[in-house]
Amino acid sequence: MMLTGNYACAYGVKLSRAEVIPVYPITPQTHIMEKLADFVTHGELDAEFVSVESEHTALAVAIAAQATGARTFTATSGQGLVYMHENLFVASGMRLPIVMAIVNRALGAPNTIYPDLSDALDQRDTSWVQIYVENAQEAHDMIAQAYRIAEDERVLLPVAISFEGIIISHYMEPVELMDQDLLDQFLPTYQPRHVILHPDRVMSLGQILMDDSYYMEYRYQQQEGMNHALKVIPQVDEAFRQVFGRKYGGLFQTEQIEDAEVVLLTAGSLASTTRAVVHALRRDGMKIGLIKLRAFRPFPRQELREILNNIKCVAVLERDVSIGAGGIIHIELCHSLYGSENPPLLINYILGLGGRDITFDDISGIAQEVYQERNRESVDHPIRWFKVRGLT
Amino acid sequence: MNNLSKELSKEELFHSGHPLCPGCSGGVMSRWITKILGKDTIATISASCMAIATSVYPHVLEIPSIYIAMAPSPAGITGVSAALRILKRKGRFPKDRKVNVIAISGDGSAGDIGMACLSGAAERNDDGIFFCFDNEAYMNTGIQRSGCTPEMSWTTSTLEGKQERKKDLPRIMAAHNIPYVATVSIGFPEDFIRKVTRAKEMGPGFKYIHVYSPCPTGWRFPENKTIEVARLGVETGFWILYEMEHGCLKLNCRPEKLRPIQDFISTQGRFGKLSEEQVQTYQQEIDKRLKQMENLERCQT
Repeated sequence: MMLTGNYACAYGVKLSRAEVIPVYPITPQTHIMEKLADFVTHGELDAEFVSVESEHTALAVAIAAQATGARTFTATSGQGLVYMHENLFVASGMRLPIVMAIVNRALGAPNTIYPDLSDALDQRDTSWVQIYVENAQEAHDMIAQAYRIAEDERVLLPVAISFEGIIISHYMEPVELMDQDLLDQFLPTYQPRHVILHPDRVMSLGQILMDDSYYMEYRYQQQEGMNHALKVIPQVDEAFRQVFGRKYGGLFQTEQIEDAEVVLLTAGSLASTTRAVVHALRRDGMKIGLIKLRAFRPFPRQELREILNNIKCVAVLERDVSIGAGGIIHIELCHSLYGSENPPLLINYILGLGGRDITFDDISGIAQEVYQERNRESVDHPIRWFKVRGLT
Repeated sequence: MNNLSKELSKEELFHSGHPLCPGCSGGVMSRWITKILGKDTIATISASCMAIATSVYPHVLEIPSIYIAMAPSPAGITGVSAALRILKRKGRFPKDRKVNVIAISGDGSAGDIGMACLSGAAERNDDGIFFCFDNEAYMNTGIQRSGCTPEMSWTTSTLEGKQERKKDLPRIMAAHNIPYVATVSIGFPEDFIRKVTRAKEMGPGFKYIHVYSPCPTGWRFPENKTIEVARLGVETGFWILYEMEHGCLKLNCRPEKLRPIQDFISTQGRFGKLSEEQVQTYQQEIDKRLKQMENLERCQT
């Protein structure tokens, strides 16, 4: 089927049998909402579709519904995501396996509907599992994987699947839909054993704790859930491959890194272009590889540390920035590699903000620049703003 | 007069020993609400004095409850009722078991920070009963002004008295054309019980009940005077008891002759600095508002 990223995602939600769907429209996410409304109206999906009055309420409704025992889904972008920020902590603090699609959109001001991963990366401390995908097929498949990860009793944390607005959300690609019967086996009905609002099993969710009572223990248990996700994400990916024949690499996907001297590390749609560059430069004899980061939370600290041990230089190409610090993935990678025996040089390229087009030639140029620097002891200007007007 | 102990269930779902201030209306309200609605009830509580009374371990309601955040308790009604519908459809919850879905919110969380959420749930006519516990200020954080604080009232953020008028939340809610809007007072238990029972027995839809709740701590009156102050509120016309069922307005518990507003104001330290002229202005406002409501009631028949 030819589908946009948004429609591919909506089909993933339908096949995953989401039961309560509260959403508020925001470009570039809105097509997900419209398609789901269409499915529900035409009886293709048995769900309660709630057109709410804000994103803050969208997530609050999802929280209440999931707490009552229904599988829920919501989707948002940019400003909508930061508007619901408060409730992200509530969802994870209650251990509710909500799944949300984040269609990345740069934050205002100035305002744009084009992408920047900063909206989602900004939610890094909310205790949501975060996975970034690179195309419509992966968006489709990962909705089902997301429910399986979130509802795993070792994890029980909400999961966000992120993909870039316009670039992935609005362009059509061939997508193979999951088979409903196979998916029903892969993803059984949500039957919570931990938290539930039910008159026969009285419990109070989101309690107020006074003094020093158990707040730290709640948080520590979330950390344990997140630690388990490091194992569960690849397991679910493998289980998915066995059923559907497609596999994405779990925490991150690697290509040609076995003998690589330089690795380009990126996330989202940039991975597709970077992959093509890596293949081309390999043909030219350059020892270069790709890491497509998929899981940002949990951050695969140890896993990356091991795999990057003998690499000379890693360039982090990212469509996001924490002003005053650098690329957000770069920062995470720095702390992951701190103290390792033979750490690679790290160079950070901040690029494509607000949807600025990043071409094959752009990434190829970056790769060659980095390749020349690979044998240095240290690098000048490790944080580089790429293709900024007025900057040479 | 009927005996409350005969009308209400003996079962206590809201326990004594809660950390509310002595003389708080909220304890009375929570006890009555839970007794009327019974165990098959799911509640969403928002940040308010009631959250302290119901969500601080071990002071919990003996009904399932959830505290999401300050604003979105109406979203709790939306989410819980939507989930129950789909679970019943799919056979994961008994189809014929009726569960009351409710939210309890303060005046600040209902009418200020949560206004959009409340309006949204009402506009969608989501299925549940929303209780606004109106003690006329942010009492839980230490008596700061809210939209529902009355004009000329002292709070810790309106040291010389609030300049603006009280936001008329129940009438805003009535403008949403929901099946039921009612104002109640803890000084009038029979009226309170009748209206909550009515809301419980009505068909699906959004029911809004505004509970006038004198606060000894914030209003500055002795803690043994709560019921007296609540009654005076109605007897002076400061607070009007009414209900609107499917848009049809009915004023309730009308005193034969209104007492002067001074009788209400003088019981409370929060109006301590009012001049005679200000009291007169207040009296005129009260008379005007009451006349408007009476006209509205008369004009619809």
